[in-house]
Amino acid sequence: MDGQMLQVISLDGSYDTKSEPDLSNDQLKKLYYFLVLVRTLDQKCMNLQRQGRIGFYVPCIGQEASHIGAAYALEPNDWIFPAYREPGAILIRGYQLSKLISQFIGNANDPLKGRQMPNHFGERSVNYVTPSSPVATQVPQATGAAMAAKILGDKNVVLTFFGDGATSTGDFHAGMNFAGVFQAPVVFVCQNNQYAISVPVKKQTASESIAIKARAYGFEGIRVDGNDILAVYRTVKEAVDKARSGKGPTLIESVTYRMGPHSTSDDPTRYREAAEVEEWRQRDPVERFRRYLSKKSLLSDKDDQEIRERAAKEIDDAVAQAEKFPPPSIESMFEDVYASIPWNLREQMDEAVKLNKKE
Amino acid sequence: MTTMNIVQAVNSALREEMQRDDRVIVLGEDVGINGGVFRATEGLYKEFGGNRVIDTPLSELGIVGVAVGMALYGLKPVPEIQFLDFIYSAFDQIVSEIAKFRYRSGGQFPCHVVIRAPYGGGIKGGHYHSQSTEAYFAHTAGLKVVIPSTPADTKGLLKSAIRDEDPVIFLEPKKIYRAVKGDVPEGDFTVPIGTARIAKPGNDVSIITYGAMVHVALEAAQRASDKGTDVEVLDLRTLVPLDIEAVLTTAKKTGRIVVLHEAARTGGYGGEISALITERAIDSLQAPIIRVAGYDTPFPYALENVYLPDARRVLTAVDKVASY
Repeated sequence: MDGQMLQVISLDGSYDTKSEPDLSNDQLKKLYYFLVLVRTLDQKCMNLQRQGRIGFYVPCIGQEASHIGAAYALEPNDWIFPAYREPGAILIRGYQLSKLISQFIGNANDPLKGRQMPNHFGERSVNYVTPSSPVATQVPQATGAAMAAKILGDKNVVLTFFGDGATSTGDFHAGMNFAGVFQAPVVFVCQNNQYAISVPVKKQTASESIAIKARAYGFEGIRVDGNDILAVYRTVKEAVDKARSGKGPTLIESVTYRMGPHSTSDDPTRYREAAEVEEWRQRDPVERFRRYLSKKSLLSDKDDQEIRERAAKEIDDAVAQAEKFPPPSIESMFEDVYASIPWNLREQMDEAVKLNKKE
Repeated sequence: MTTMNIVQAVNSALREEMQRDDRVIVLGEDVGINGGVFRATEGLYKEFGGNRVIDTPLSELGIVGVAVGMALYGLKPVPEIQFLDFIYSAFDQIVSEIAKFRYRSGGQFPCHVVIRAPYGGGIKGGHYHSQSTEAYFAHTAGLKVVIPSTPADTKGLLKSAIRDEDPVIFLEPKKIYRAVKGDVPEGDFTVPIGTARIAKPGNDVSIITYGAMVHVALEAAQRASDKGTDVEVLDLRTLVPLDIEAVLTTAKKTGRIVVLHEAARTGGYGGEISALITERAIDSLQAPIIRVAGYDTPFPYALENVYLPDARRVLTAVDKVASY
């Protein structure tokens, strides 16, 4: 599989019935809703950032199928160690949109209490670990969580997302190596979106693919068309089932494209041609899945319009709700450094509260 | 009471905590079948098996990185880093991940990892088996830093660290791993993190120190008493959280302070102690606070005895503050 790439849906929406995953019509429609929701959310949040209503934003435009399809292959008790470009992965696990937007704002409704930049969201109740910015630190952590599940005799699987740039790090190597040695029930999903900010994947590695790297760690690596949600779902589901049955880890290279900037601080016209972006636009994961559903007569133009309106309304409502919350309290800045507040932080809290007291 | 050395105290604490709580596991290089290069994990593999005493690939980054995931999932991992000098490939996992997980997740994901590492010089180990770099960790919000100096404290503090809710960097003074023996209480005995100990009471000069240097301070105190100077030795035991009351109490009692550590002077933890005393007890000071520390060089091999503070050097500082 190293050189090839699994695909279920062609660019025009036609499909290979033999490789379609076992999903009901309702599940297919749910996936489409989340693709549309996340696409709309990105557009909305880019605008909110430009209006100064959120400070920064990391869009995932073009990568919706790659991460939503992967996350949907998990059971509720499974764990995700994300990077920071996978909002659909937490939303499809039932996370409230208004809490996500509260994290982007950094307000008192943010479960992270306004302590991290936008897009570093996480939530214990859905086993979605709060990420950091240093790339690939989550890779050995995911292996460790999977080792823990195995030690405790749980049947849970751990999935981690990271980008092509992450595969250059020592953390990637350590996480993959330990996973192979300990046969940990972990699925590594590399979203190869072709760029680490401005640096193309060919400057990250001379390897013929990212998937092939798994061989050196003693387990399987698979390339999949990351803009084909059914191909991603099927591939990840098989890897998850394999991990759950005690057959060890898998590396999945989800080949996709970051259609937008790295972040709201990035200008991708400095390092890539418009023609390249246009070429990838023809492989747009949302549009491709729309064509598929349409070909299967599961989605009329009217249905599509309704879905888009419902997603936009859900987002507008969530933004309105999130924007009602005040900033976090000054006291909260000093909490959770430790389980209880030590004397030095208590003193500093008192000082900060006093200095910032409203007249 | 049982008499044991510091390695035995580590081993005893690990064994008892592993017996007490199935979630406690040990991982690291050579910790399993070999029982650790210093034998701190001797016998644990046999007693608890390979699922709980894990020989890992040779990667500090990997050891600490997987320990983070294990802790988030619900285990209580106690990774061993063979020498503190090898910890830096895992530095990002410690300062960006372990230290910040509770905070960055709004309290949702505490990350209780206890990292054990032998530290310090005096074993002819050169740059990479001798350093004393506790200040890096003490500077990082979210970590607790514990450094015992006696077998009883080693056992009691390590047991507390494993039962704590916060991540702990637990640094073991390897020069005195076997050289210092002492009585350790029987039964389920712990020493609370964040409390200092008067290693020797005195009235004229205070030496504030920790780890292997406590014994150097005690030797200097003995020699000072021969000359008529009554030295108090405060063993901090925990750098973070610091027992500020104990520091200020001894500072106010004697007004003459020597701060002692083997770590390099510049940016060392001694500067923090000195600053806290001047901020909070300057009226009690009878003399400038003097730091006795390792020199600001990389840790040397052939001349380590020159580099490391010894009783003679400490005594010079004691004389200086006593006669100021």
